[in-house]
Amino acid sequence: MLRLPAFTFHQPETIEEAVALLATDPAHTRVVAGGTDLFPNMKRRHQGAESVVSLRGIDALHGITESKDGSVIIGATTTLDAITRDEQIQQKYPSLVTAVASISSPVLRNAGTIGGNLCLDTRCTYYNQNEEWRRSIDYCMKEQGDICWVAPSSPRCWAVSSGDSVPMLCALGAEITLVSSEGERTLPLAELFRDDGIDYLSKRPDEILTTIRIPSPSGARTGFWKLRRRGSIDFGVLSVAVSGWCNGNTTDRIEIWLGSVGSTPVRCTASIAALIGKPLDDETIAAAAALARKSAGANPLGNTDFVPQWRGKMIEKYVEAVLREVAGLPRQRMVPRHGSEKWPS
Amino acid sequence: MSDAVHPDDEEGPVTSDQLRLIGTPFRRVDGRAKVTGQTRFADDLSFPRMVHMKLVRSTVPHANIVSIDTSKASAMAGVVGLLTGESMPDPFGILPVSQDEHALCIDKVRFVGDPVVAVAALTEDQAHEAALAVEVEYQPLETIATVEEAIATPEPRIHDYGDEGNLHKKLSMEFGDVDAGFEEADQIFEDVMYFEGNTHLPMEQHATVALTEETDRITVYSSTQTPHYLHRSLAKVLGLPAARIRVIACPNGGGFGGKSDPFNHEICAAKMALTLGRPVKICLTREEVFYCHRGRHPVLMKIRTGVKKDGTLTAQHLQTALDGGAYGSYGVASTYYTGALQTVTYDLPKYRFESIRAFTNKPPCGPKRGHGTPQPRFAFEVHLDKIAHQLAIDPAQLRLQQLVAADSVTSNWLKVGSMGLGKCIEAVVEGSGWNQRHGKMPEGRGLGLACGSYLSGAGLPIYWNHMPQSGVQLQLDRSGGVALFCGETEIGQGSDSVIAAITAEILGIDLKDIRLCVADTDLTPVDLGSYSSRVTLMAGNAAIEAAERARTLVARGAAKKLDVPARELVFAEGRVFHGENPEHGLSFQEAVIEAESRFGTLGTTGSYTPPRSPGRYRGAGVGPSPAYSYSAAVVEAEVDPATGIYRIEHVWMAHDVGKCINPALVMGQIEGSVYMGLGEAMMEEQVFRRLPKKRSGALVHKHPSMLEYKSPTFAEMPPVTSYIIEDPDPNGPFGAKEVGQGPLLPMMPAVANAIFDAVGVRVDQVPIAPHMIRQAIEAREKGKPGRFGPKSFPEIEFGVPLKVPTPAEGGDGKATNVDDAGVRSGTGTMTERKDAVKGEN
Repeated sequence: MLRLPAFTFHQPETIEEAVALLATDPAHTRVVAGGTDLFPNMKRRHQGAESVVSLRGIDALHGITESKDGSVIIGATTTLDAITRDEQIQQKYPSLVTAVASISSPVLRNAGTIGGNLCLDTRCTYYNQNEEWRRSIDYCMKEQGDICWVAPSSPRCWAVSSGDSVPMLCALGAEITLVSSEGERTLPLAELFRDDGIDYLSKRPDEILTTIRIPSPSGARTGFWKLRRRGSIDFGVLSVAVSGWCNGNTTDRIEIWLGSVGSTPVRCTASIAALIGKPLDDETIAAAAALARKSAGANPLGNTDFVPQWRGKMIEKYVEAVLREVAGLPRQRMVPRHGSEKWPS
Repeated sequence: MSDAVHPDDEEGPVTSDQLRLIGTPFRRVDGRAKVTGQTRFADDLSFPRMVHMKLVRSTVPHANIVSIDTSKASAMAGVVGLLTGESMPDPFGILPVSQDEHALCIDKVRFVGDPVVAVAALTEDQAHEAALAVEVEYQPLETIATVEEAIATPEPRIHDYGDEGNLHKKLSMEFGDVDAGFEEADQIFEDVMYFEGNTHLPMEQHATVALTEETDRITVYSSTQTPHYLHRSLAKVLGLPAARIRVIACPNGGGFGGKSDPFNHEICAAKMALTLGRPVKICLTREEVFYCHRGRHPVLMKIRTGVKKDGTLTAQHLQTALDGGAYGSYGVASTYYTGALQTVTYDLPKYRFESIRAFTNKPPCGPKRGHGTPQPRFAFEVHLDKIAHQLAIDPAQLRLQQLVAADSVTSNWLKVGSMGLGKCIEAVVEGSGWNQRHGKMPEGRGLGLACGSYLSGAGLPIYWNHMPQSGVQLQLDRSGGVALFCGETEIGQGSDSVIAAITAEILGIDLKDIRLCVADTDLTPVDLGSYSSRVTLMAGNAAIEAAERARTLVARGAAKKLDVPARELVFAEGRVFHGENPEHGLSFQEAVIEAESRFGTLGTTGSYTPPRSPGRYRGAGVGPSPAYSYSAAVVEAEVDPATGIYRIEHVWMAHDVGKCINPALVMGQIEGSVYMGLGEAMMEEQVFRRLPKKRSGALVHKHPSMLEYKSPTFAEMPPVTSYIIEDPDPNGPFGAKEVGQGPLLPMMPAVANAIFDAVGVRVDQVPIAPHMIRQAIEAREKGKPGRFGPKSFPEIEFGVPLKVPTPAEGGDGKATNVDDAGVRSGTGTMTERKDAVKGEN
């Protein structure tokens, strides 16, 4: 089998200990929680570390709590499986359950954490390969090389942001807290991400993501659809998350986010603008969906599964489908299998 | 070999006329060990002082090796051994005509993944680090990625043998007067279709452990489907007498044809063990399994068929072009198989078949479940669906009205025995509600029907010889237990259970009293291996022979004691008794004691050699089988026309297995075939990526991982209704035919046909991705044909075909123009080539 390279493993019990460990040599230290992303990457040698700091021994990072203002705080090392089973989350944010249940497979959701999903390394079929394979293409700019093979004349890396919980949490207006030995800061989740396949997080290497706070849904209607080849295991090649607040027939506020279409989650600003103050009906939805791809600037490239042209066309279809679901309109599309379906008893 | 039967002895006994085990869903003999984790796969083995080996594989697709620098690696911690190609100069390969592989490349590498250096170290981690430290300098050569490039690029040659340039094989044959056949037709239909390559994806990665025992002897444990062929290759490359090499095939965690070749890592492990005098283990990574490959050939096909107004087929001309990858493997056989079995389902009175197999700089293709036949079967069954649609004949009826007759000889001289395809079609038509639903459901919902047929073992062995293809040896003793020795290999298909059950049935004893010793070249009679769906029929017949001989011996012992003629004894329920007076008898153990007392140590053997096929032309060696299985499927699809996304909602699969030895195992094989076929129809593709040529010479597997090589999950698997059809074949044990491969064949065309029924467009290739359906729909919306698929077949000069008159034309199975058939411009230099083609003409 593929072997992990040697490294020093730390398992601190407090956040203070963890950030102190990170502060000593942040450039050669990595944080691990579930290990479902980092360890395969280390086996394939495209992520390396001299030491790895595990967060799993820190009780304070684990669990789901409700605040007085109705928001919910999720500790970063809460497993994806625990989130899908949490009654509060199921009740308040059903589409978050759909999104999280669509991540990978049941086995990996038992290990993988929500913090890990947010910080997931960007993915690319020229990059997520083993060392020998990458030697065969003389590497790429994300690691050791100097070219982006999916867009060879591009100065930047186009690896794809693939965390399936990301667009849904962005649409719900989540905030995160980052802690380092120098203190802590809180920022909107959307600001965690940068539009660059290499430098894709605004989190510094010496910082730890500790909590995710999701505001009270206060009547939002939500929806989440994910496009992928299979009904389990696969990363998305497109995910659409919508959270809409309507007053009677009028849309007061709506958030439409796309995942897995670029190096960062994408907010469909033109589609959102087209819907504000209008009812969600066949026509407005079709019009807003038609704007999604262009307004998002999302331009799928050939570095994931499926042909990029078709993936691009699916943005409109999927945005329309999720908006219709949020609006309670009849279904036109085949609903993807997300992994949250109940097994027949 | 003597089993002490004297010519003057009385006749043998009878078994109970009622089968007690055969036909029941008895528990498989290895079931408990498998589900409790006790089965020892090759990777589970460990021996004192064992070291671990890794292979350094080429990172370039086609190049001369300039230099190999192992100095850094050899100085690394724990490294104990390094091998390069010079230490194993003799080539090997599964077919005598394609001895084109080396255990480690010597002068040249031919694909990314070709092994160059073997490194052994005390731990697997150390071996891995050392492998990464080996430096190889390459001088790049022009690469060939496709059949079209191979045709256009005769030089430089990937190999210095083959029919011409970079074409490994080129063949052309004609059965009957095909032009006259087309003239009889009212209409000629033509299609160009493509079947993408895919791989086996067994759960178990290949693993081998080699160790030296005593002096000059080596034992090799391996996850191989073909211990006997591995044995031969080891003897050849290691230069050791075969009698000093022992190969033990461990139970395979799935094979599907992917463990049927002798492999580099097996030979290197043996060589390393001999060199170091220590046990050596290698377990391949998943990436390496993709590089071993030997999977489904990508095949481009052109199919032309003459049809009368009533749907009767008058002639067919099939052309196939196979992308073979970098080595021969089973490729010559695969090439013939893309044409050989077109004739065994529907009457095809005249048939011309032309084919090429190209060498390309990619992992070698070979046999995957269905070996060479799923591709033309896909083309034929979709083609028939179009013909039926065009002629407004029901697709099921079109097939039923021209089924090949049982006990007949086809136009290409294949002898068909039992033939249950009609019953298969009727079963799935009935079960699926075909007559009420096909062509009548709302847009987006469709049913597709397709059929198939497969061999129950290839008629000829891979190397020419007159010896049996399977042997069984039984040893009976006073314990009442029966030891069964057979070279067959359990690859998950249930072959251990089948031969044990056949033996237990005949001797009338409990399955638990059979002790199995299988797949060990030191101890067990040769069986050619678990490939070509041959084991139930061939090892099963050998087991019958051995068991009947044993029964005769035991009966004669018991007869004396019971004072009853042996021929009146019955063996059942662990007893040997008088048929007319069941109370009068002995336990099986007592009967064995009587026989052992009378005859001494008890042992019998049985063996099986297939009947000779009537074909006598060059190429007639591929296609014959003692019996053909038949399958029919109806698939129900739901398609979203706006996106092209589709799902398979239900599969009805009927399979004519001749006689069902164990319905649980048969249904398992049917469902497994449905699953694998679904993958090939919907998503599986072994595809490659060439980087922009001006920037890079890279040509790499696009996604050698189980995450990105898409194979269906539970979520894609639809409900399957299986129908076991029994049309016993006189050549099969108890009438049994194969089930391991046949039910795969109808899946791919049935899916394509169901999509047509749902949305009215044709995707003439597999796997069928949603964008293909969408593009076909968009084409139709623009007034163009609603089709996605290949546009043309390359222009190839096939020359004068080998002409073989059909049985109906009064032929004798021989070709009439051996001397002027124009395709044999072969430049092969293989020494065994002559032997291999012997008997083909």
